[in-house]
Amino acid sequence: MQTLYDKLWNQHLVHTESDDPGSMALIYIDRHLVHEVTSPQAFESLKLAGRKPWRLNSILAVADHNVPTTDRSQGIQDPISRLQVDTLDQNCDELGITEFKMNDLRQGIVHVIGPEQGATLPGMTVVCGDSHTSTHGAFGCLAFGIGTSEVEHVLATQCLLMKKSKTMRISVEGNLGLGITAKDIALAIIGEIGTAGGTGYAIEFTGSAIRALSMEGRMTLCNMAIEAGARAGMVAVDDTTIDYIKGRPFAPKNELWGSAIAFWRTLRSDADAVFDRTVTLDATQIKPQVTWGTSPEMVTTIDGIVPDPARVSDEVKRHDMQQALNYMGLSANTPIQQINLDKIFIGSCTNSRIEDLRAAAQIVKGKHIAANIKLALVVPGSGLVKKQAEQEGLDQIFRSAGFEWREPGCSMCLAMNDDRLIAGERCASTSNRNFEGRQGPGGRTHLVSPAMAAAAAIAGHFVDVRKLSNE
Amino acid sequence: MEKFETITALVAPMDRANIDTDAIIPKQFLKSIKRTGFGQNLFDEWRYLDHGEPGMDSSQRKINPAFVLNLPRYQGVQILLARANFGCGSSREHAPWSLQDYGFRVIIAPSFADIFFNNCYKIGLLPIVLDAAILDYLFEEVKSTEGYRLTVDLQNQKVISPKREEFTFEIDIFRKQCLLNGLDDIGLTLQHAEKINQFEQKRRNEQPWLFM
Ligand code: SF4
Repeated sequence: MQTLYDKLWNQHLVHTESDDPGSMALIYIDRHLVHEVTSPQAFESLKLAGRKPWRLNSILAVADHNVPTTDRSQGIQDPISRLQVDTLDQNCDELGITEFKMNDLRQGIVHVIGPEQGATLPGMTVVCGDSHTSTHGAFGCLAFGIGTSEVEHVLATQCLLMKKSKTMRISVEGNLGLGITAKDIALAIIGEIGTAGGTGYAIEFTGSAIRALSMEGRMTLCNMAIEAGARAGMVAVDDTTIDYIKGRPFAPKNELWGSAIAFWRTLRSDADAVFDRTVTLDATQIKPQVTWGTSPEMVTTIDGIVPDPARVSDEVKRHDMQQALNYMGLSANTPIQQINLDKIFIGSCTNSRIEDLRAAAQIVKGKHIAANIKLALVVPGSGLVKKQAEQEGLDQIFRSAGFEWREPGCSMCLAMNDDRLIAGERCASTSNRNFEGRQGPGGRTHLVSPAMAAAAAIAGHFVDVRKLSNE
Repeated sequence: MEKFETITALVAPMDRANIDTDAIIPKQFLKSIKRTGFGQNLFDEWRYLDHGEPGMDSSQRKINPAFVLNLPRYQGVQILLARANFGCGSSREHAPWSLQDYGFRVIIAPSFADIFFNNCYKIGLLPIVLDAAILDYLFEEVKSTEGYRLTVDLQNQKVISPKREEFTFEIDIFRKQCLLNGLDDIGLTLQHAEKINQFEQKRRNEQPWLFM
């Protein structure tokens, strides 16, 4: 009677000081994804200590945070960003680490390319110096973000020292309504349990609504487990998982494929497994979600209003809400549908996969962005997603609707490159964080699904996608 | 890592919940390939009135006089009082680096985000969890008493107030030993190299597709 998390934990346990479940354990790491922002200091210390990476073929590297999304033939203009990307290239070349360089077709956001390449496989432990590593849990993996010291630790030892988490099951049952996506489930969950609700837990998402999701949808959901405070989110392996992996470059082939899938099918919680906490959501009740504040838990539905701090009794909370409203330039009780936008961002490791782009394209097809929208960006998650979208003609749909069609990377999700909001600008974004300054200093972010962002681009303000899809 | 010994130091209050890593150290400073020098940009967007970019001379920038860490009474602070879910958001170790570089040795809050909490230990910054009610009390004390100092005794796992009140905190025994002795995690793990090799070999036999 083990949970999926228990199984993954036990399968990777190398050493523990005592049988006490709260004691530190040495956990083996199968896949180490590396990007330019959190690795340079780790490589430097590794070298200074005279150490070498333990297992080179566990590592896959890519630059994504700093890369420009416009013409790349001239290289990176910003000298500081360029130095960081060059440093990654040098470290990888010198040590013999597989890296997809900026102009490689396979380059993209680290959490998009791992699964796309089949480098993320069920039963693995997957780590990366990035909190959204939780994304890979969609494949029945134990996947979580680590800091730079831990990046160095994994490079040097192929292991991490950690404590076992508690387990939480979030069960979403029933059919999702038309136009409702995994992003809406994720935001609804965060609205329910709060951004610290999952702290100390590994979350497993279960229930008929989760089983019905595509791998893209499951990745979106697990991606946002960290926004609920949980380091790891996961979904059990089923046919959807296996079908997605088949034939990908790093996936097992020929005679290994059979043994792999036989093992992968065991990666599910036993029927009688006990979780430390269980949360249940009714899928039929989930509406399109829109955040109004500066934390993902400050969320409401498209037919809702901006909440009124005056009605909150907890003093700290009321103060935080007021601060968020001031920053966001919103007044209490404003209907969400009356919020006008300046920019639209469709991208990020949450929502930049082919299915996301298809959903957005379907909404904007044959229409044009509203006059008040200064910039609408589509940033595909990888070069391969971009190519596929172009084969399907999605780029043309976006371009004729007034969107800019860019090169892959993190882009305006965190605005480390040139794609950013100017102070006071308001953006409907498919990314995962609406923190102050996240998309540029003074910028105001509203988190939504790709369909909702697309619909807002056309209308110039938030609208209910459910009404559009009925037309 | 530097050894953590008992400290008695000035305390400052950050009276706001869910302080995220983007607020602690904004992303433009993550472009550095070094581990040091982040202290001047800790809480950059709250602390300065102008917009900060890497390479700027911080001494020439306009300070936000209202920001708590800019108040004269909190100069030389080493202990930070914070609210729930401190350090949420990204995995950037730059957040603990910047707090440490600024001079902080200890952060006390009712709860921390997991990755941030973990990252702190790796560099010898001590995150302490105390009850929300105790934090409420300490916030009041620090605000009403100029020069308020707390003692943090790691060995005995106590936070001690000027009135000799003692608040006990929990810490994992392994982490405590690492901090007290300034031990290097990697060196400790490599003592198990033989075990890791055996584990790896077994795994390679059972799931060869993981090693291609
Ligand atoms: S897209 Fe955004 S959240 Fe995802 S890895 Fe890049 S910066 Fe982080």
